[in-house]
Amino acid sequence: MSLYRIHGGLVLAVPPRASASGAVRPCPLPPRLYLPLVDERGALLHCRTAVGKHVRRGEPLALGADEAATALPAPAAGRIVAIEPRTLARADGAEAPHLVLEPQAGDEAAPLPPLRDWRDADPALLRRRLAEAGLIGLGGAGFPTARKLARGAATLIVNGAECEPYITCDEALLRERAAEVVAGAEILARTAGADTIVLALEDRMYAAADAVRAALADDSAIRLELVPTVYPQGGERQLIELLCGREVPSGGWPADIGIVVHNVATAAAAWRAVVQGEALTTRLVSLGGRGVREPGVFEVRLGTPVEALVAAGGGYTPDAARLIVGGPLMGSALPHDGVALTRTSNAVLVLGSEDLRTPAPELPCIRCGDCADACPARLQPQELLRRLRGGDDAGAAALGLADCIECGCCAVACPSQIPLVQHYRDAKSRLATAAAQRARADLARTRFLARNQRLAREQAEKVARVAARREALAQEQSTASAAAAAGEAAPAAASRMDKSAVLAAIARGKAKRTQNAAPPPREDEA
Amino acid sequence: MKTFATAGAPHLPAPVAVRRVMHDVLLALLPGIAVQLWAFGAGLAIQLALAVASALAIEALALRLRGREAARALGDGSALVTAVLFALCIAPLAPWWIAPVAMLVAIGLVKQIYGGLGYNLFNPAMAGYAVVLLAFPRLVAQWPGAAVDLATAARTIFGATPTAQWDSIASATPLDALRQLAAQGQRLPEIGAAALFRHSRPEVWTWAAGAWLLGGGYLLWRRVIGWQAPVGVIAAVCLLTLPFWLLDAERHPSPLQHLASGGLMFAAWFVVTDPVSGCTSPRGRLLFGAGVAVLTLAIRRWGHIPDGIAFAVLLMNAAAPLLDRMTRPRIYGHGRHG
Repeated sequence: MSLYRIHGGLVLAVPPRASASGAVRPCPLPPRLYLPLVDERGALLHCRTAVGKHVRRGEPLALGADEAATALPAPAAGRIVAIEPRTLARADGAEAPHLVLEPQAGDEAAPLPPLRDWRDADPALLRRRLAEAGLIGLGGAGFPTARKLARGAATLIVNGAECEPYITCDEALLRERAAEVVAGAEILARTAGADTIVLALEDRMYAAADAVRAALADDSAIRLELVPTVYPQGGERQLIELLCGREVPSGGWPADIGIVVHNVATAAAAWRAVVQGEALTTRLVSLGGRGVREPGVFEVRLGTPVEALVAAGGGYTPDAARLIVGGPLMGSALPHDGVALTRTSNAVLVLGSEDLRTPAPELPCIRCGDCADACPARLQPQELLRRLRGGDDAGAAALGLADCIECGCCAVACPSQIPLVQHYRDAKSRLATAAAQRARADLARTRFLARNQRLAREQAEKVARVAARREALAQEQSTASAAAAAGEAAPAAASRMDKSAVLAAIARGKAKRTQNAAPPPREDEA
Repeated sequence: MKTFATAGAPHLPAPVAVRRVMHDVLLALLPGIAVQLWAFGAGLAIQLALAVASALAIEALALRLRGREAARALGDGSALVTAVLFALCIAPLAPWWIAPVAMLVAIGLVKQIYGGLGYNLFNPAMAGYAVVLLAFPRLVAQWPGAAVDLATAARTIFGATPTAQWDSIASATPLDALRQLAAQGQRLPEIGAAALFRHSRPEVWTWAAGAWLLGGGYLLWRRVIGWQAPVGVIAAVCLLTLPFWLLDAERHPSPLQHLASGGLMFAAWFVVTDPVSGCTSPRGRLLFGAGVAVLTLAIRRWGHIPDGIAFAVLLMNAAAPLLDRMTRPRIYGHGRHG
């Protein structure tokens, strides 16, 4: 099959000491593991353990807030010694509560029952297993795998096209464990109900492609595709465009057009979870950059702090200048190396100062359009910038700001050294904050109006009740007066009528007071 | 625990700077400059020096008045490029004060008052040229009929040569000659043989056009410019003039003649490609180039000045934001799904 074209993108130089070749090395188990109790989108997990508890490897420590309730498995057997706030592996340097796990000798596992007959298993059962084993997208976005598969799709794309330079963990995985990836891809396809499976690799991954070809049976349903090494070809939306010639609708998901994309590492983890009954407790992490002595790909226990991984790679070199989790284009610079690696940490980079942009002042935009040529979303970054610099967030949104995938191609291409993508990230978070504020205000307004309506209704009911009562009394009185026409009960009845009139007057007065006391709804109520 | 300084992604070394782009443009102009020096003499060197010196001085002064740091902005090379482009447009023996006046308009008025590099609506070099062309049409459009040596050029430029002699040095450009002779009712074969036309040295202008093409090719190869704007110019000239030439080759010049005369080739590669005042969307650039070509041909045919490229460019500059708006590419995921 021929490939389609994507717009823009950048051919990036293969960096020095990129950590591509060489076998996967184990990273020693550190004395303490740190597990953030928040998911990739910042939502708190439901903690299912407590300080002082002993846990076995694979036991769920917390459950995700998503519908699939994806577990956070214990990466090692040991004791929970604390829950403490620590820095997350995020660009904003935010903190979140972490479980602190002290591994103990023996590393006793809590295995799940293997599902060897997965070919006949119910997709719902497979999804539950993937959630129990703690599977989230290992490519970097960290979307819960079970939830992604829930909608089903006709086509499964298994993504082995690593997006960014330096990140080589997927290539190493394919080279060494291609059979697991292939089997895992079949499991994911079964779970999604997909009948087309495409395994996409970059065209420079010769050894990995050979390993995959060897692992594929002659009658395999999986089609191997080699895609050009152009950043960000490995991005979900770009890969779909490249392989299928179709576009994910703006604001939608690949499942909307019957496609689901999973990373190769997710596929291998799915095989382990289903066939081996192993929860996700380790992942492969690339360690690269000239700031580290022995770059390579390491199998890392989840929760390992960055410093332990760097120590496994021989420690820092003197020109270590910046520490990054993720790739150089979309990765997050970390303030220190005490940050723990999570399921989505595919790479740790220690860059030297010459790998970085010298802090030159940004020059004016000359509208050269290099950013527009590089933008894979076909946006006009220079126009977005002009709107944002003028404080016009809404104008930028109208020009497609929400369709920016934050790949950073514009900032790399800009000859004036304008950090375009940072402007877009900031503006997006401003717009998100404003939208959340608006939603809160709307909710408050709805609640307030509902309360006023309820009060008015109650009042009306009360008035109606009193009126009904008065009517009843009046009727009673007329009956009584009819009776009194014969006798002398009239004075008594008259005094009772006076009483009911007084009661009605009191009720009317009360109603008036309550109405006056309720403040009128305000537009800026927040 | 080791601490690190943080920064926003991307974490990559810086790419080509604006300064490099400007230097590539200057390099690409060299073949054309060489042809003009050889054909018209050293006057161009003096004009270049005058224009560059006044452009830099005015830019520095304007930056000072605006309270900006002058050294950095001067270093970007944009004023230099404006000055060189302007000097290549005017006749090399124009009086010395022409260049400073034009640069005052180009740099002071058109560029700096609008906010400096990147904010000007109009092409500064063309705006400066248009003003002096309108104000002093005779002084800036009289090209020497032969190469002039440095001493003569300096005497002429700095006003030591009497006007009578001045007239003897100057000669018509091929476009002027064509207009004059065609206005007398002559047909193209007769015009080609006429002394006035032959003295205007059309071959020199053809060589210059070739030199601009060479420089433009270099810029394309270096990816300093996109292909759309120049192709828009050249394609529009060909499409518009080809039918007339095929119908009556005795009355209408061929597309190649059009491209090889006047400043069309120069403008196609070095003026229309100015990113700041042109379009940024690919289709917009194509239309921008085509618009400049159409307006230039219209001015050549019906206008009162021999070559109206500067006006064509300025008119299209004004239309560029609209063109950009109309030619925005379809964003990924909008409109076409599945």
